[in-house]
This record gives sequence, structure tokens and C-alpha cells, in this order.
Amino acid sequence: MSLDKTMVQRVSQLARIEIEETQLETTARELNNILEWIEQLNEVDTEGVEPMASVTGHELPKRDDDVTDGGYPDKVLKNAPDRESDFFAVPKVVE
Amino acid sequence: MSNILELNLADLQKAISDKHLSAKEITEAYLQAIEQNSQSNCFISITEEKAIQMAEESDKRIERGEGLALDGIPIGVKDLFCTSGVSTTAGSNMLSNFVPQYESTVTEQLWRDGAIMLGKCNMDEFAMGSANTTSYFGSVENPWTTRAKSEKKLVPGGSSGGSAAAVSGGLAVAATGSDTGGSIRQPASFCGIVGMKPTYGRCSRWGMVAFASSLDQAGPLTRTVRDAAILLKSMAGYDPKDSTSANVSVPNFELALNGDIRGLRVGVPREYKREGTPPEIENLWQKGIDILRKAGAVISDVSLPHTKYALPTYYIIAPAEASSNLARYDGVRYGLRAQQTELQDMYQRTRDEGFGDEVKRRILIGTYVLSAGYYDAYYLKAQRVRALIKQDFDNVFENVDVLLTPTAPSEAFAIGENDDDPIKMYLNDIFTVPTSLAGLPAISIPGSLSNKGLPLGLQVVGKMFDEESVLKVGDVLESGVEFTLQEVGKQ
Repeated sequence: MSLDKTMVQRVSQLARIEIEETQLETTARELNNILEWIEQLNEVDTEGVEPMASVTGHELPKRDDDVTDGGYPDKVLKNAPDRESDFFAVPKVVE
Repeated sequence: MSNILELNLADLQKAISDKHLSAKEITEAYLQAIEQNSQSNCFISITEEKAIQMAEESDKRIERGEGLALDGIPIGVKDLFCTSGVSTTAGSNMLSNFVPQYESTVTEQLWRDGAIMLGKCNMDEFAMGSANTTSYFGSVENPWTTRAKSEKKLVPGGSSGGSAAAVSGGLAVAATGSDTGGSIRQPASFCGIVGMKPTYGRCSRWGMVAFASSLDQAGPLTRTVRDAAILLKSMAGYDPKDSTSANVSVPNFELALNGDIRGLRVGVPREYKREGTPPEIENLWQKGIDILRKAGAVISDVSLPHTKYALPTYYIIAPAEASSNLARYDGVRYGLRAQQTELQDMYQRTRDEGFGDEVKRRILIGTYVLSAGYYDAYYLKAQRVRALIKQDFDNVFENVDVLLTPTAPSEAFAIGENDDDPIKMYLNDIFTVPTSLAGLPAISIPGSLSNKGLPLGLQVVGKMFDEESVLKVGDVLESGVEFTLQEVGKQ
């Protein structure tokens, strides 16, 4: 499997990372080098092996569905690049 | 005051309890050293006022006879632990203006025990790198550049490069780091100090800027194994705020350092003998084996057949988790925002300006391996191979108690070297990544100097939650190799 310019463009769009048109080819080459190296995993027989997402082996704990935190909008908004009263502000989305 | 900088953490504890030194004297000595060595770039921010204030509080407690375990101990904090009211950048432009409103669990516990914060240590951007050269705030100089009279400035390793260089150079007596694939152990090896990655789940990840959540683990960087044991005790512990935190009790790790390894079974994995490993690293490994055998350990050859697949597995899983974790940086709630009139443009421009090249590369790889049509072939495949790698370790740990390997395949290299080839850079973590994938505790101990006069490390790996055996063996190695840090605080 190898990435062409179109695929790099698609991935960059999914990742919301802009790549300049002139950089597409270089990026594709770099990513392909890494992917080719990764593809040695195809040599490994993984038939019947369960995918492992976590090493802990313990079930994720559940807590009671209670409010245990909050009530400090100023702290929450302290790092906001832009705010309107107690809300995060963003460029207009709907006309 | 240079003698203060030469004392390790345990020495300082004694000097404080004997009233030979005050917390303030120690802290001022370190702040002065940091100021005089600003060219090393170990710190992204220095919290001078806070440090003095914390030291004064330490001294008051000591005077009242209520001294805490770490009172008067000045440490560096890797700049990905959120510190309330203190800038936390993760080495990225994206977070260059971020001031957390809360404290990470690990640092909160260190302050609870009286430790003093000197500042926030430089690191590879979002902990992605092995040389500290991906930091938005510039590279860090390894203090061994001067010690080994190197013509070129040397890297401290990464990603906890600022932490390791500060501890080695006498700019902090100890520091916190985080290790995802080797980010504590490899810089410890490059800087001639001790670095420990505990078992996954031993330290809370709450308040740590996330890179790859199934791998990230906090740990100490110190000058001795005893210091690592002392600091880890404070950092570790169950935290309900991290759902993967382990609900197990924290032993007094220092008690494990009794030097008695008679009958302890040490495995030497044959797959770690790689063609092209410098003979000086092979020699150090053999020296380590001899020291442990002489101390009464039983050495055996073991096999971890999937070792060679660990790095490629890691470079699917870690970028996949990173692409998901770093999706939060969208310019809306915190961090950098590029001013644009359209929302989509704002996301894209923000992420383009905020992230450096290596971070973008990993986000793109991660996004690709998780995307529809490729998920099974890459991501699920890697998770299956990860299971086999873990199984390898489970198998050998039926017959041995710890493993002994080199920490890194090379000594510290020059700043700029390996930067043009990502895969070459990734190979730095070849001996550390397998244990990360398996979640096991591991320590790097400085062992010897290379022909160029640069430190080389040995790695001890243990079973899940058996940090005690890892520290015990590390302590025996440390006594056996007789490695000393030269001229601490005299760069």
C-alpha cells in the first residue's frame, strides 16, 4: 500500500492539517518510507491473536453518575482564545 | 556553593535533617546554577519566585519539626505536567500560551511531600523525539559536550532531554519525565544518570499532556538508584481520576535496595544482540552480566522472538493514539488560534502553525492507519503483534525475575545528526520500545564511558509492578560499575 498525492491530501484534510500543494510530493515520499518500514509486520502470523488495546487487563472502573466538579466558568474559560460572556467564541458557522 | 550541587537527593535529605543546609540555601544554589547555565536551554520556564516561596515553607516545617520526605529537594518538572498557574507548553507552539488552572496528580503529590519546583524542563514537542531537537523552544545541550570535550554540541536524548541534562549538569537534583517508548531511559543513558519508567498504571496520567495514552507513563530522572526509589514513592499511587491507574499499594521502594540478589534469575535476551551494535556497548552489557553473576544472580539466555517487530508496531500504535489525542488542539478552548473568518480554515491554519514537522508527520501517519479501509491492515494488525510481544515477555518471566539489556544502541550524537531521517531517529528506541508496549517497569543505569568519553546505559526490565526487583538489581549494578558523574555544576 502506498500513498499518492491524492491520498496525502485526503489524510491531511481528515487531520485538519494544511499541506501546501508544493509540499504534497515530499510529504508523500516521507510517509511512504515510514509505511514501507512498518509493513514488515505482514511477516508476522497473527491468525487467531486478539488485538491488545491495553496492558492493564483490568476492567475500566465506573463511578456513580454524580456531579463532582464544576461551577467555575472563569477557570474553564481562562485559556480561551476568544470568549463571549461564559461561552467559547468561534468564527461564525451558520449564516 | 558548588558542593551543594554535587550532593544527590539522599545526601540532601540527610544534610537537611542534620540542619547542615536549609531548603532555601539549596534552592538558591540551584537557581543560581540555572541562571549561569541558561545556554544549556534545559528549562522552558524558571519558577524562581515559586521556588523560593516553597523553600521558605519547607524551612518553616523543618523548624517546627514537621519536615516532610522531600522538604528542601529542588526538582525540575518536564513541561508536560500541568502545573496550576504555571505555563505548560509540552514543547509546542500550540501550547506556548497555555496556563493550566489545575495541577497534575504526579506534581501535586511531589508538592504534598515538600518538593520544590525550580521550573519546567525542555522536551521534544509533545514528547515526540529522541534528541530534544523537535522542541519549539530549541534544542538542549548535553553537559557531556563539555565533559568529553566534544567539538560539536551533543543532544541529551529525548524526549525528556531538558530533565536529563538538568539532573546531569547540576541544574536540578532530580526531575520528572515521561516515557512512551524510551523518553526517560534513553536520555538518562545519554546523560549518564538514572532514569526509571515504572509499570504502566503505577503513576497517574491525570494532568499529563497526552501523547499515546496506552503507553505514556511518568517516572523519575535522578543521579542514583536510591534517589529514583525515593522520588518514585512520592510520584506513584492510585488515582481515581485516571481510569488506567492501578489500584495497588505503593511499597517503600528504598527498602528493596538491600544488595541481596543471591539466587535472583536474570535473563539476557538474545534478540537484543544486534549486528552493528558498537563493541563498547556489547562490552558494557557483558560487564553488567559479570557484576550480577558475581553478586550471586543466576544468568540465563532467553528469547523474545518478536523483538524486531516492536518498533514498527510502536510506530502504528503511538501515532494512532497521538492523532486522536491531538485532535483536541483546534484553537477553540485553549492554546494557539490562527485568526481566520471561516471555522474550517481556523482549524487548519491553527494546526499548521501550532504543530512542528515531526508532530504533523505522526498525526498524518496516525490518521492514515486509523482511516476507513486501512484500520484492519495497520492498526488492528499492530495491536495483534503487540499482544504477541507481551506474550513473549510473559513467557520469559515464568523462568526469570528480571532482564538485562543495553538501554540505547548508541552514545549521544551531535545536534542535527539523524534529523533528516525519521526512521534512523526512531531506531534510538529499539531496546526501550518493547517494554513500553508490554507495560513493564524498566530502569536505565549509567554503566561506562564510550571511546569518545560519553556515557552508556544498561537497562533492567522487570515484571508488572515489580519495580522493587528492578531497583534492587539496578542498585547492585550501580555499585559494581563505579560510574561517577564528573564535575556536576561546573559547566
